[in-house]
Amino acid sequence: MLNGYGSTILDGAWLTLVLALTSMAVATFLGLVGAAFRLSPIKWLAFLGETYATVVRGIPDLVLILLIFYGGQDMVNRLAPMFGYEDYIDINPFMAGVFTMGFIFGAYLSETFRGAFMAIPKGQSEAGMAYGMSSAKVFFRILVPQMIRFAIPGFTNNWLVLTKATALISVVGLQDMMFKAKSAADATREPFTFYLAVAGLYLVLTSVSLLALRFLEKRYSVGTKAADL
Amino acid sequence: MIFDYNVIIDSLPLYFGGVLVTIKLLLISLALGLAMAIPLGLMRVSKAVWLNFPAWLYTYVIRGTPMLVQLFLIYYGLAQFESVRESALWPYLSNATFCACLAFAINTSAYTAEILAGSLKATPHGEIEAAKAMGMSRFKLYKRILLPSALRRALPQYSNEVIMMLHTTSLASIVTLIDITGAARTVSSQYYLPFEAFITAGVFYLCLTFILVRLFKRAELRWLAYMAPRKS
Repeated sequence: MLNGYGSTILDGAWLTLVLALTSMAVATFLGLVGAAFRLSPIKWLAFLGETYATVVRGIPDLVLILLIFYGGQDMVNRLAPMFGYEDYIDINPFMAGVFTMGFIFGAYLSETFRGAFMAIPKGQSEAGMAYGMSSAKVFFRILVPQMIRFAIPGFTNNWLVLTKATALISVVGLQDMMFKAKSAADATREPFTFYLAVAGLYLVLTSVSLLALRFLEKRYSVGTKAADL
Repeated sequence: MIFDYNVIIDSLPLYFGGVLVTIKLLLISLALGLAMAIPLGLMRVSKAVWLNFPAWLYTYVIRGTPMLVQLFLIYYGLAQFESVRESALWPYLSNATFCACLAFAINTSAYTAEILAGSLKATPHGEIEAAKAMGMSRFKLYKRILLPSALRRALPQYSNEVIMMLHTTSLASIVTLIDITGAARTVSSQYYLPFEAFITAGVFYLCLTFILVRLFKRAELRWLAYMAPRKS
């Protein structure tokens, strides 16, 4: 299949999937932290969270990728000698990719989560308090499960954008399916075939995600009734 | 000093040239994209399957694949076919600016069409009934009632799309154009100062983003004044 490049591209597709899933985990963590910061009554924490969300969302993904990937590597190597470390430090492209995508999409997710937390009626946490729950218990038992329901549409969206944005990591040399397709295209001089195949694979990935997340949305909306218009 | 900003100050003209290229790419692709999005959006709200389905498929495929793949398909991919290389369009299709604008326009048209379709569907029923009661034809109904109000109500979402497009134009640097990101890549490889080079590009994009947000706030004040919360 595909002049014998089929399996290479499928390997790349696997890497794309692993990269996307790992980055999404990092992004979810950073997004929750970011949302907690932005909703925090402590002013400087809120300011920090707000700055993170605004700056990252105001700069293109590609620029951030190039900045963190090349600039980060450069910075680490400029700073390391100050701490008495003289060898050249080479950052693993996969880890750099995960960190970069996680950092970028954490900012977008912090917006989603913040909105979701704010959508929960105030009475819910008040009721929890009235039962004598500690604020941590209120957070994890009352707020988080309800927040998930409100966050799913935004989460789905961000996941789809992230999956597609992983293609950009190929620009800095991670051998995901886009990178593999480019090498195959250069070798065979049949770019259209390979890019079309990769487009198809991305489409499969996004379609499956849409179905899976629709199921999840149903699961978490048990007990609510949509407005019947 | 760990940072070296003298080089950046010397290459500011390169960055400003990049800003112009970025703005040019953005305006051309937005104009083309919007022109394509209006008919597509109308098709998406149509009850006729033969109109709705092709538009749905188009937006689904475009929105389900990465912009980078679309750009590569057009810029590198089309050259695979002999018939394309010999056609009258080849001088355009081998031009990076043309291909970038085309790819961006196709991409934004799909997203904008969905925004527009959502906005059209949210038109209050009474407005349509009123128009019909006045004896307006379908064409007049769309021209006078549906489109003007749907386009206005789409403004907040469209502003997000425009900012996304601003960010998308950075991909043009991958197909050799010297936009802001392209300028940063040039500086980065010439002086080997990736950190300073890309931070500067980030600052430029941040400024452009803020300017766009401001402009859209203005536009909303002007065209969505009737939907603003009442001042107490």
